[in-house]
Amino acid sequence: MRHSTRIAVGPVQFRIGSDWREPITALERLYAGYPKDEDRPADATVRLFAARPWRRWLRPSVHIGGDFVVPDALPLPLSMGLLAAEMGMNLQVALGWRRHMLLHASAVARDWRAVILSGESGSGKSTLAALLGEGDWRLMGDEFTLIEPASGDALAFPRAVSLKNEAIAEMTARVDAARLGPLLAGTPKGNIRHLVPRADAIAAMHEPARPALILFPRFGGEAAIEPMGAGEAFVRLTEASTNYTALGEAGFAALTRLVREAPAFGIAYPDSATGMALVEQLWAEAAR
Amino acid sequence: MSALRTLVDLLAGRADAAALAPRDWDGVIGVARAEAMLATLAHHLADADLPEPVAKLLADQRAAAAVAQAQALWEAEMARRALAPEGIEFVLLKGAAYAAAGLSCSAGRQIGDLDILVLAHDIRRAENELLEAGWEWVKSDPYDDFYYREHMHELPPLIHKARDRMIDVHHTILPKTHRITPDALALMSDAVRAEGGFAVLNPEDMMCHCAAHMLADGDLQGGLRNLWDFHCLTRDFAAADADVWGKLDARADLHGLRAPVHRAARLARDLYGAQLPSGWSRQDADDIWYRRRLLARDDWGRSTNVALQQAFYIRSHWLRMPPLMLAKHLWTKWRKG
Repeated sequence: MRHSTRIAVGPVQFRIGSDWREPITALERLYAGYPKDEDRPADATVRLFAARPWRRWLRPSVHIGGDFVVPDALPLPLSMGLLAAEMGMNLQVALGWRRHMLLHASAVARDWRAVILSGESGSGKSTLAALLGEGDWRLMGDEFTLIEPASGDALAFPRAVSLKNEAIAEMTARVDAARLGPLLAGTPKGNIRHLVPRADAIAAMHEPARPALILFPRFGGEAAIEPMGAGEAFVRLTEASTNYTALGEAGFAALTRLVREAPAFGIAYPDSATGMALVEQLWAEAAR
Repeated sequence: MSALRTLVDLLAGRADAAALAPRDWDGVIGVARAEAMLATLAHHLADADLPEPVAKLLADQRAAAAVAQAQALWEAEMARRALAPEGIEFVLLKGAAYAAAGLSCSAGRQIGDLDILVLAHDIRRAENELLEAGWEWVKSDPYDDFYYREHMHELPPLIHKARDRMIDVHHTILPKTHRITPDALALMSDAVRAEGGFAVLNPEDMMCHCAAHMLADGDLQGGLRNLWDFHCLTRDFAAADADVWGKLDARADLHGLRAPVHRAARLARDLYGAQLPSGWSRQDADDIWYRRRLLARDDWGRSTNVALQQAFYIRSHWLRMPPLMLAKHLWTKWRKG
C-alpha cells in the first residue's frame, strides 16, 4: 500500500497500510515510544483504504480491512483515521489471535500480580485502569487481557488507551500533554482521545502477571461490592472472550483455572475516586 | 516475486522457507490468510527452519486448525445422530470428508459449513429431521428459498440454533440448471466408508467433485485452496493405486466432468508441480486465464484484476443456468436490490 508502518503491542506485531499519509503519521506519533523491530515479520495486517480511487481525495472515507474484515462495517472520515486504525488493530486481534485466550477486559498489575477488569463499554473499565496506571500500578491494557493457556498467566496488551467523553477531561488534568493524541470529536463512539501508557508500562509489556483478582465494574449508583461465584464469573468471561469457543478445550481449561484461582467481585461506584478505593480495598483483602 | 507466487512455490516445494528474508513473510502470511491456507502452510512447513515469530504463529495455526477440525467432525456426528435413526444415509463432502478420511489435504484445512449429500428422494425427510434436531432456516427471503428449492443442488442453508453451525444438505453436486448433470445416484451408491464410520465419496468421485466445485460451479474464489485439495487427492490416490488416472477418466466421463477434471489436473501441474500421466499432460491456451485468476492477489492480501474476477463471476452464472433463466434471475435480484 502507499503508506505503511509497523507497531508491536504485547505479543502482536502489526503491519498497517493506508491509502493516506495522515493515519500513519498519527499512529507513528502515538506509538513512538514503543519498541521497534523492523525485521520482525508481522502477525497481523491492517488496511485502511478508499473504496473507490477518487475517494482518496473526494470526501475521503476510510474503510477498515486486513486479514479479517467485518462485512458492511461503516467507513470513517479521514479526520478519524487514527480511530479507524485502532479499530482495525482490535479487529485483527479479536478475530485472528489464537496463542492466548483473549478477554475483552482491562488490567493493571502490581508485584507481578494482575487485577482484571471486565465489563461492557461504558462500565468504566478503561478509565479505571488508566487512572490506576497513573498511580503505583502497571497498566497492562485497556481493551484486551491475554491469558496464556499453559501457565494461566495474564499478558499485557498495552495499546494506547482510548479515552472517551468525560474520561478525557479527567485524564488530561493529570498527565503530560505529550502523552495524549489528538482530540477526535464526534466519532460514532463520542469524543475520543488516546493516552499513551507510561514508559515503564510499555517497557514491561512482555512481563507476565499472575491473575489475582477479577472485577466486574459498573459505573453509576452507590458504592457496592458483590462477591461473585466462580460459576458466574466463568459465564461472564466466556461472553467477554472473543476466542473462547475457537480455543476449544484449551480455552475451557484456561478459563476454569482462572476463575478458580482468582476471586471475582462485582463493584459499583459513583465516581472514579471511589472506584479506585474499592479496587485498593479488594486488593488488600485478596493479598492477605 | 509476488507473495502469492512465493506461497505457491513454498507449497509446491520449489522455494526454500529458510531462504526467505524476514520481511518476505509479511506478504506470505497475509496472502495465505486471504486464501484460507495459513494453517495448510503451517503444516507444510512444520519442520522447516523459520524465523521465531513465524514459527510461533504457524504453531498457533496448527493448534487452532486441530480444534476447528475436531469441531467440524463433531458437527458431522450431530448430523449422523439426527439422520441415522430414520435410516437416512448421507455422504460427507469437501472438508469434513477429507478430515474424516484422514487425507493429506485435511492437514490444517479450514472447514466452513458441513456439507452432506443425500439421495434426492430423502431430501424432504432429511430436512424435517434436521429441523427437529435444532437446525433452523437462515434465509427468510421467499424468492431465495424458492430459488434454492427449485433450481439448486442443495437445500437453503440451515444453521443450528445452539451451536451456530451451518449445514448444507445436497442432493447432487452441481445446480439442477447447470449445463452438466453428474450422476448423483452413482455418487451415493458407490460411496465408501471411512475408518471413523462416516461415508465419503469414492476416490474418483471425490476428485471429480473437487474439480467440479472449483471449476464448474464457482467464480474461483478460494480456488488456490480447492486446487491444493485436488493436487493432494490425486497425489495420495495415485500413490495407493497406479491405475487411478484411468479410473478417474472413466468416472469423469460418466459425470460429464472430463473438461473440469482435466483442467484441474493441468492447473495443479502448473502451480503445485503435480506429476501427470502422458494423456493428461497437455497444454490448453485458456489455462492462462485460470492461472491469472488464481494468482490475482497483491502482497497486502487484496484481490487484484477486477475485470478478470468479474469475467469469472459472469462465467459461473453462465454455466449455472440457461440464458433466459439467468436474465430472469438477475432481473428479480436487481429489482429487490
